[in-house]
Amino acid sequence: MKKNNKLINWQADRSKYPEMDKNGKAIIDLSSQKFTKIWQGPNHPGVTGNMSLELTLSGDEVVDAKTHVGYLHRGFEKLMERRIYIKCFPTCIRMCVPEADSNEYVLASCIEDLAGVEVPEIALWLRTLVLEMARLQMLLRTVPGQASTLSLGLGGQWGMYLRDLILDRFEELTGGRVYHMFIIPGGVRGYLPDGFKERMEENLKEIDEFIVKIEDLIFTNSIFKKRTVGVGIIDPAWVDQYGIVGPNARAAGFKRDVRKDYPYLKYSELDFDPYTATDSDIYTRSQVRKHDLIMTVDLIRQILAKMPKKGDLRAETPNVLHWKIPKGETYQRSESSRGEFGMYMVSDGSKYPRRVNLRGPSYTHAVSLLEKMLINANIADVHSIMVSLQTCPPEIER
Amino acid sequence: MQKIINKLETIFEISDVVKQRDNLNFLTCKKEQAISVITHLKNIEGFSHLVLLSAVDWLEDGKFQLTYILNNPDKKIDISIRVFLDRDNATMDSAHHLWKHVATYQRELKEMFGIDFPGSPRVDESFILEGWDNIPPYRRDFDTLKYAEETFFPREGRDSNDPAEHMKKKLYPDEEK
Repeated sequence: MKKNNKLINWQADRSKYPEMDKNGKAIIDLSSQKFTKIWQGPNHPGVTGNMSLELTLSGDEVVDAKTHVGYLHRGFEKLMERRIYIKCFPTCIRMCVPEADSNEYVLASCIEDLAGVEVPEIALWLRTLVLEMARLQMLLRTVPGQASTLSLGLGGQWGMYLRDLILDRFEELTGGRVYHMFIIPGGVRGYLPDGFKERMEENLKEIDEFIVKIEDLIFTNSIFKKRTVGVGIIDPAWVDQYGIVGPNARAAGFKRDVRKDYPYLKYSELDFDPYTATDSDIYTRSQVRKHDLIMTVDLIRQILAKMPKKGDLRAETPNVLHWKIPKGETYQRSESSRGEFGMYMVSDGSKYPRRVNLRGPSYTHAVSLLEKMLINANIADVHSIMVSLQTCPPEIER
Repeated sequence: MQKIINKLETIFEISDVVKQRDNLNFLTCKKEQAISVITHLKNIEGFSHLVLLSAVDWLEDGKFQLTYILNNPDKKIDISIRVFLDRDNATMDSAHHLWKHVATYQRELKEMFGIDFPGSPRVDESFILEGWDNIPPYRRDFDTLKYAEETFFPREGRDSNDPAEHMKKKLYPDEEK
């Protein structure tokens, strides 16, 4: 069949309508009855968590978008200023529920950096394992979840089943499924249980099969490709302008990964190479996340093979109930499944933190970037674009 | 890193340089020079990634501290700029022309600390709090416990242990049994 290039390359003529002001922003007069204002969220199956988008539509095309957050605001950072450091952990982990271990890690490492605590070898390995397991369960939701936004729900349900297996492993290692509280200042709470490696290997084999099968189920699916290739493009020039990090930046050709660039824990002893691509559309971002999933499975195998059997779990620290952290300030970062996840902490030398500020990737991705990307998008693509940025609202309103 | 800081010291008034780690330095600069220092670091020294913009309330000194953490992705180093503002009538020059996402940080700081950034886009729009009429809540003199007690307590207890009866009373207080 002869390709109709004219049709493929068709672009809507925006020279006359909607009218633009001198800054290139659409002039919106709601009383003209040419525009419709709708709210997507806070209760909407296509919204990632508790946030909403105020969309102004012209026909089925978005001409203006505003992100609204605050549905989950409990003032976590303010509450932590009233708590001793050890009591900050249960508050901190709620700042991003699906991947709570990154929160634990950055909080613990800020405290250790200010107090000058050296974490023992085995604890470093166990922390690396926990962070990779958290990434794995998150990616098992996100990679097939992208197809779910386009009504291809089978992969999503399959991924949730596999995620549950990883939560089983979390439960036997830490006692908790979603919130683990495994990483504590100075180390971790426990060793690997007997038979953990074998059970994890069984789960990883199932995930290996899943990765092969989602290639046919999702990535070569013609509808998935039609709806995601060339849609939701992030211009590489935006990466620094909008503070884009993680898989969203790697899909735009930037080889940025905190694990490689600023090696922490035991990542310098592991063999991995973050995948980058250049097309920077929804499809490419999904591909980058799929390769992250493959890499994470490999990293967990490497970590379990290198895991020491004996050693101290925790460094000696003062009594955590009366621990005064020396005066100072620091910033610590880790690579979450969504990108650079950091914490800025200021101590005034007392038992309570003076200021804790979380830097979540969604803060930039879901507000300034999403508002920019949604302009001229079709209403049917809005949730797909949003999920492709992997936003997590509690990071914004913490 | 040391070369960059030495260069900054020759051009601007820099003080309190603290080397937290090999790749992380904190330094203080004057409020009037802050945007120039940040622009210099971004455009000349390659600190193209703004990691975060945050504020600390030093109530006892009557100061707000603004912290801009800048990252150089090529050299893989961070410099953190501290700027001190008077707590009364706190205003700071906007940096929204340097990075697009700064406007979001500035909007949040206006709402949570009451620090104004004149000229920053949508800085007066509420970001997280809607209809807030108290002092900005992240200031140290805002007492969360007192606020919660005044706003949410005392709560009326239950008259009955029967959930059906309790809900009936709650939903239809005027209706007789």
